[in-house]
Amino acid sequence: MSYDAPIKELGETSLLPEGTTANDITETIAGVTENAAPRGWWFLFLLSLSVLGAMTAALAYLFVQGVGVWGNNAPIYWAWDITNFVWWIGIGHAGTLISAILFLFRQKWRTSINRFAEAMTVFAVLCAGLFPAIHTGRPWFDYYLFPLPNQMDMWPNFKSPLMWDVFAVSTYLTISVIFWYVGLIPDFATLRDRSKNLTRKRIYGFFALGWRGAHRHWQHYERAYLIFAGISTPLVLSVHSVVSFDFATSVVPGWHTTIFPPYFVAGAVFSGFALVMTLMLICRSIFKLQNIVTIRHLDLMNKFMLGTALLVGYAYAMEFFIAWYSSNPYEQWVFFHNRLGWGQLDSKGNWGPLWWAYYAMVFCNVIVPQVFWFKRARTSVPIMLIASVLINIGMWFERFVIIVTSTYQDFLPSSWGMFHPTAIDILTYLGTFGLFFTLFLLFVRWIPMIAIAEVKGNLPGAHPDMHAIQAHDEAPDAVGAPVPAE
Amino acid sequence: MANATKKPALYLAEYETPNAIAQAAMKVRDAGYKNWDCHTPYAMHGMDEAMGLKPTRIGVLSFIFGMLGVAIAVALIQYTNAFDFDLLNIGAGYPLIVGGKPPGAFPSMVPIMFELGILLCGFATLFGLLGIIKLPMHNHPIFASDRFEAATDDKYFISIEAGDQKFDLDRTRALLEATNPTYIELVEAEVL
Repeated sequence: MSYDAPIKELGETSLLPEGTTANDITETIAGVTENAAPRGWWFLFLLSLSVLGAMTAALAYLFVQGVGVWGNNAPIYWAWDITNFVWWIGIGHAGTLISAILFLFRQKWRTSINRFAEAMTVFAVLCAGLFPAIHTGRPWFDYYLFPLPNQMDMWPNFKSPLMWDVFAVSTYLTISVIFWYVGLIPDFATLRDRSKNLTRKRIYGFFALGWRGAHRHWQHYERAYLIFAGISTPLVLSVHSVVSFDFATSVVPGWHTTIFPPYFVAGAVFSGFALVMTLMLICRSIFKLQNIVTIRHLDLMNKFMLGTALLVGYAYAMEFFIAWYSSNPYEQWVFFHNRLGWGQLDSKGNWGPLWWAYYAMVFCNVIVPQVFWFKRARTSVPIMLIASVLINIGMWFERFVIIVTSTYQDFLPSSWGMFHPTAIDILTYLGTFGLFFTLFLLFVRWIPMIAIAEVKGNLPGAHPDMHAIQAHDEAPDAVGAPVPAE
Repeated sequence: MANATKKPALYLAEYETPNAIAQAAMKVRDAGYKNWDCHTPYAMHGMDEAMGLKPTRIGVLSFIFGMLGVAIAVALIQYTNAFDFDLLNIGAGYPLIVGGKPPGAFPSMVPIMFELGILLCGFATLFGLLGIIKLPMHNHPIFASDRFEAATDDKYFISIEAGDQKFDLDRTRALLEATNPTYIELVEAEVL
């Protein structure tokens, strides 16, 4: 038995069904890119492309008219644009968590889902980056964000958390793309070597960089992969911490709290796992990958969601405790009136108008995931599909609650207002799904959506048993004879 | 090219199991070859030892460039936000006082120092990796073998290149045959 085989005494079993061979894995995963697309793929692709087209129209209208086409106005200067930004970037974080943090913890089950989650990261960060880029209504001035020498001697203000965001998000996108691509090189080589026609061979061959699986390459490659995992882990924590600084460094009640960085990171991982789950369940059934992404993988992901749901629930409760404990009337107003809807703080006894958003958030993010305490729910595909969709809705509401209920009624009652989304707001948000799914569907169709080389490395007996070989070679009469297979 | 002459480029031996290739690799290692390699569909653990490879030092590069990124961030922020002299005629900085903090305040620099450190570390790791393993190299004699296509699927190969000082058509073949491969091929390359 080699050292990385499942330990039977601990009740560990092989991650893939008994008897799966390396060739089965290649056939299953590479086959998706080689066979004709299922009809469902075409339907979803054309739908996504249409939604993307609608978003382009909404953006064109925004650029012509200015940001007045959105519902943002005093006192709510930030609304759906930053809600969507934080939501999308949070979605991306699960990808990095699965590919980097679980790699550092040697969680081998990640290999069945990491490629998929990394792709999701890249596309989600692209969708997220769209909002800061367009929210000024003048995207052609976006280069002002970068410290470029100019004739006006004007430089960015590096003390602003919004500036930190620019660096954090662009670094995150760059490193995620590099990490993703480095992981893909051996799999592109697999596709190249299976190609029947020259065009395919040339395109995959180009991206495979001439990879020939040499161990002198693998040796450095594995260390580089470890370094990427090592730098991505603090990076992903820093990105959402910096995103939370956009709020936490201000003095707005409901934002000015020190719990924000860990609270945002936990929420990000939570929502990202939920989206990986939703997409994985769909792809797994369309492309028949049940043997590679097994119920056991899904069970482990559900446990993760339950854990992060508890963290998020703790943060929600702690915010209320601190609002009460601080004795700060503005904090208490935001939490008890604007969010919880308690009318007794209002002289007229009215409920806050956005209370329903808070309850929707608590229901989806704290109550729904509690079903995952039960093994039956963790292994039931319909339950996890519904729960993961609800969690994503809940996480969108979390950001909406934080942003809008804090700003629509803050310090001065004379400057209170209300936010109403416009059709362009809604179209832009829905449109990002078009962008995301268009890219995602192209990815599942043309790029191996599961890390072929990494999954093979997890097969039982995939690595030589050095102890057996040494013991075998020390017996003098046996030198030269092959070590029997396990 | 019809008149192109060919010369031997490398020997290729195919194995079915991880144990078989590890055992064979130890023999090639002990025979003193330098210019040879194992080709596997995934990173196989234990082969560093079987091939007698030194540990990789790619991390040194990542560390140096990561620290360089941190230094660049400090220089950039201090130059643009804390001083007002014009270096190399790229435009003078402008000391900014925000929130009553001094223009060169350290704590607000930390996030960008961190991010630029990570960014440069990532680029150094990527390009360092490609530089060390000498990729991209789209044309290699080993691709002339049809059998080699299984190296990215489920077969394990050892290649010994003709450039090795100990390479000899007969003796190298005999060595590989003694390692119980399922197949041996002499791969040739065209001489231009």
